[in-house]
Amino acid sequence: MCLGIPGQIREFSDINEHLAKVEVSGVTRIINIGLLEDDDLQPGDWVLIHVGFAMSKIDEEEAALALASLQLMGQAYDDELEAFWSSAIASEARE
Amino acid sequence: MRFVDEYRDPTAARALVAQITALAGEEKFKFMEVCGGHTHTIYRHGIEHVLPPSVELVHGPGCPVCVIPMGRVDDAIAVAREPGVIFTSFGDMMRVPGSQGSLLQAKAEGADVRFVYSPLDALKLAEENPDRRVMFFAVGFETTAPSTALTLLQAKAKAITNFSVFSNHVTIVPPLKAILESPDLRLNGFLGPGHVSTVVGQRPYRFVPAQYGLPLVTAGFEPLDILHAISMLLSQIRQGRCEVENQYSRVVREEGNPRALAVLAEVFELRPHFEWRGLGFISQSGLKLRPEFAAFDAELLYEIPGVRVADPKACQCGEVLKGVIKPWECKVFGTACTPETPIGTCMVSSEGACAAYYNFGRMHREAAVTLGRRSAQRA
Repeated sequence: MCLGIPGQIREFSDINEHLAKVEVSGVTRIINIGLLEDDDLQPGDWVLIHVGFAMSKIDEEEAALALASLQLMGQAYDDELEAFWSSAIASEARE
Repeated sequence: MRFVDEYRDPTAARALVAQITALAGEEKFKFMEVCGGHTHTIYRHGIEHVLPPSVELVHGPGCPVCVIPMGRVDDAIAVAREPGVIFTSFGDMMRVPGSQGSLLQAKAEGADVRFVYSPLDALKLAEENPDRRVMFFAVGFETTAPSTALTLLQAKAKAITNFSVFSNHVTIVPPLKAILESPDLRLNGFLGPGHVSTVVGQRPYRFVPAQYGLPLVTAGFEPLDILHAISMLLSQIRQGRCEVENQYSRVVREEGNPRALAVLAEVFELRPHFEWRGLGFISQSGLKLRPEFAAFDAELLYEIPGVRVADPKACQCGEVLKGVIKPWECKVFGTACTPETPIGTCMVSSEGACAAYYNFGRMHREAAVTLGRRSAQRA
C-alpha cells in the first residue's frame, strides 16, 4: 500500500471529480488527481500514485527509477499492480 | 534505462562507501531508517553488508501494517462478521493475525470481506450496493490518510449513507518522539521517510535536531540514495552541524503537499492517544474522524469491542519495530514465524523488516561475499 506506482497522465477525464486517465506500465487507468490540484498538471506529466490517488508530481527520471525499484520487489509489486488493475474505479477507463 | 543505471552504479556506490568509511573512522554510529520502504531497499540490495562495521542501520516503525495492534484487528473482524456488512481493506491487512484469526479466515468462514486497492473502490461498492453497509478499514501514515480524507469528502458531497470508515490512520512524528524517549536505544541520527515526507514536508522533523540534537536526512529509495543520505548524516556530525536535510529533493518538497495537509485537517483530528504494536499507547499519534463526519465514523456506527490484546509471548515485533533487535534475533524468526504462517505483523507486510529480511537477507549475505571477492580481484 505504501508502494508508489509511477504513471503518466494521458488526459483529464472528469475535471469536477478530479479524475484523469494515466498510463501505468502500458495500460490506461483512471486515478484521482485532487491532491495535486495546485501543481498545474498537464498531459505527459508523471505522477506517483498511492492507493488510486496521485500524491506527487515527478519527472521522467524519477518515474523510471520508481518503476525499476518496484520491479525488483517481485511479488509485492505484482500484487500491487494486480490490485491496481482490479480496482473498480481505475477500470472505468476500460473502453 | 540510463537513469536507473546511474542510481545503481557500482563505482558510485563504492565511492560513497569509501566516503562513509572515512567519515565514520573508528567511532560507532547507529542510524534508524524510519520507513519500511527503506528497510526493503537495504535488504534487497544488501546495503548493510557493504557498509563498514562502524555504521549500523536499525529499522524503525514506518510500516503501517506492522504497527496495528492485535486488538484493532479483532475489532475489524467483529464488524466484518456483522450481518449485511461488506468489509473492505487493503490486501496487506488481510493476513494480519488477530487473537482469533485474520480477516482472511473470517472471509473463509462466511464474512463478506473484500480487498480493495483504493478507498474510492470501497465508496463505489457502497453506491452499487445501497442495501448493504460498506465499511473501509483505513490504515496508513500520511501517505494514505489524505486519500481516505478525500474519499470521505466525496461520500459527504454525494450524501452516501451506507459507507463508513474505521480509521486506524497514524502520524509519523509521535512514534519518532517515543523512540527518542526510549531508554533502550541510543541513535546517532535518522534516515527520514520518503513518501510520507512528500505529504508532510520537512518542517515536522525539526524537533529532532532542535530537541534531541540529532541529524535527520530524508532519503530516496534507490541504493545510492540510502548511501548518500548516510554520508550526509556523517558529514553533518563531522562538521558539527545538526539539521534536517533533504536528500530526496527530486520528489520531496520542503513544504510537503499543502493540499493534502489541508484535506487531512478538514476531515481528521488527533486522538488523545492510540495504541501501537510494540510501542504501546502514544499520545496524539492516531487520527479519528472529526464530528462533522460522524455519519461515516465506523467507531460510532458499530459495536466495536475495543479490547486490548497483548501480543503473543513468542513474538518480538515490538522490539523489531523499536529497532532494539534485528529480525533474525527474534526467537521465532524463520521457524514458527514465516511469511506463509506469520505470527507477527512484521512478517506479514512486504515492508515489514522481518519479511524483507526473510525474503532477501540470506541471499544478500551470499551476494555480498561475491561482491567483496570481485572488488578484491579488481584491486
